Amino acid sequence: MDQILAFFSFADINTRFVVLGSMLLAVSTAVVGCFSFLRNRSLSGDAVAHAVLPGICLSFMLTGTKNPIYLLIGAFITGWLSLLASDYLKRKTKLKEDTTIAIVLSVFFGVGIVLLTAIQQSGEASQSGLDKFLFGQAASLVGPDLIVFASLAIVLLLATFFFFKEFTLLSFDKGYAVSLGLPVKFLEILLSSLTVLAIVTGIQAVGVVLMAAMLITPAAGARFWTDSLVKMIWIAALLGAISGFAGAFISYVGPGLPTGPWIVMVLSGLAILSFFFAPKKGVLFLYLNQQKHRRKILTENVLKAFFHAGEAEELHKNAKTEAEIQVIRPMKQEELLYALKLLRRSYLVRKTGTTTWQLTDKGFIQAKRVAKLHRLWELYLATYLNLPPDHIHDNAETIEHIITPQVEQWLEQQLNYPKTDPHGETIPY
Amino acid sequence: MIIHTPKPVLEVHDLTVSYNSKPVLWSVDITIPEGVLAGIIGPNGAGKSTLIKAIMGLLPMASGFVKVFDKPLEEVRQRISYVPQRESVDWDFPASVFDVVLMGRYGKLGLFKKPNAEDRDIAMSSLEKLGMANYATRQISQLSGGQQQRVFLARALAQQADIYFMDEPFAGVDVATETAIIELLKELRAEGKTVLVVHHDLQTVTEYFDWLIMLNMKLVASGPSDKVFTKELLQETYGGRLTILSKIGDLLKNEQFPIRER
Repeated sequence: MDQILAFFSFADINTRFVVLGSMLLAVSTAVVGCFSFLRNRSLSGDAVAHAVLPGICLSFMLTGTKNPIYLLIGAFITGWLSLLASDYLKRKTKLKEDTTIAIVLSVFFGVGIVLLTAIQQSGEASQSGLDKFLFGQAASLVGPDLIVFASLAIVLLLATFFFFKEFTLLSFDKGYAVSLGLPVKFLEILLSSLTVLAIVTGIQAVGVVLMAAMLITPAAGARFWTDSLVKMIWIAALLGAISGFAGAFISYVGPGLPTGPWIVMVLSGLAILSFFFAPKKGVLFLYLNQQKHRRKILTENVLKAFFHAGEAEELHKNAKTEAEIQVIRPMKQEELLYALKLLRRSYLVRKTGTTTWQLTDKGFIQAKRVAKLHRLWELYLATYLNLPPDHIHDNAETIEHIITPQVEQWLEQQLNYPKTDPHGETIPY
Repeated sequence: MIIHTPKPVLEVHDLTVSYNSKPVLWSVDITIPEGVLAGIIGPNGAGKSTLIKAIMGLLPMASGFVKVFDKPLEEVRQRISYVPQRESVDWDFPASVFDVVLMGRYGKLGLFKKPNAEDRDIAMSSLEKLGMANYATRQISQLSGGQQQRVFLARALAQQADIYFMDEPFAGVDVATETAIIELLKELRAEGKTVLVVHHDLQTVTEYFDWLIMLNMKLVASGPSDKVFTKELLQETYGGRLTILSKIGDLLKNEQFPIRER
């Protein structure tokens, strides 16, 4: 508890640095990652992340220091090389993109591991800590290092802001961007460079292995919440910020818990939550929507049964027993009771005895409408699709529930308010 | 029969286009006069879309050059509008109809500038011209094929260009959309603009277009519809491939041979 308080007081300057650094890195990679995601370049982000390792090792071997600027330059160069290599392979061989990416990823990462092992076995005193780039160590984001990484993060955010319009068009319709005379080659190189830069800055926090998650997961999660690109980028940034903060917090509270993997864990958790709970596109929403449709079909069928039960004698509004309804429309008793409960709650039926029910005025209007839609649709199928009478009922059983008032009006007008359906039954208005 | 025109708005000279070393269009020479509605017709694989894409600079030219308004393409991009094939983009992209139409203004805006109120007005009136104003805020993934095509045309209109290149705008659209599009094209022509359209339906060719470009891996004919829409030229356009030409194309591809010495 003390630790939690200590964390939130931000008294320790290093805590402040780590929190700020993790959040900035997570936000900037999330924002740039939105474009990788939209251009279907998710996998190539993973390849670049792995290809960064040999660059870090090489620049350490050449300069002998762990100055982040040298390491970043090395990382940037091999990261870019991996993009060029995979592009070259794709153009010059007939290999598909997934294959070239897989090749590039493993070759570059393999070289990186070889170099890393060589460095570690060379026994140089200053080499310790290079392996941190494998899984990252946000806790080392202090002092001058933080300034370097934070500036890069800010460069990424500014560049995305200034080129937002161009990057959007490039991601949506590259050919059209060329036709408008936009400097597409330059923009592509810029966007790729920003992506590599985002990856390079992020590895300090989460390491090469988990970096792709930082780039892509926020975008993938955010896509569930909105259909607007601007909103999507803000949501991705928010997801990044939350996980950057949470990662720093968890590793502060639990000594020995690594920041980077926790950032990724939180991020993935948020993305999974988005997947399940986002409105309109989330799995839960889709499930609830299905349930809503089922309830609509069930209750409208029962309403229609009431209508049919009284149709012959034109006694629609007389009370009916549950058994009478079951004769017209057989269903499980508990389904019928459930439907009646729902209908009663919306004042469409009222209970008049232990097993007798009656349509209300409002219920009668709705019941009549469902029956009308069913017959109108049957007539439409028979007239415009030339379907024989034995083919139209089952279709109408479903469609009657989905016809909107507008379509209803069209049907009435186009069929010119017909009196009877193809089975000779009266269409009620 | 290739009919040339003295003061062309579009001049294509000795244009060859190859995919992977295999020429798909051989040495095309076209001149188009101002203010015509030109149809580009030919069988599948004839190189119709390829011609448009090469003119727009989307495909490298293996030989030849293109001039629009007597200038190299790059100098007159502002006056040219391109409508790509509807299937060429991912309609699941997070954007609204209006967002897409507004893209038509990006070329005039230049880097760093955001669309202003006037750009928005232009985008909106372009949507209105295609009867899509009510759909402005609609997410593009919810559009039908015909509506997608109208959105692309509205985007092109928003460019306020003088010459239009359209890649199969009539493909897979409903009758109402087809009528709306052809009315729009005729309106553009009446305003003195030039429109080139890749087209598939031979039934409507003479009704829609006053100039025709007939392709089958090479230029078969280019000229006023009433002169070139003849049985002989149609036979030459649709009567199958030139076997030797195809064979040479395959050889060039297999040997990865350059089409021009250099």
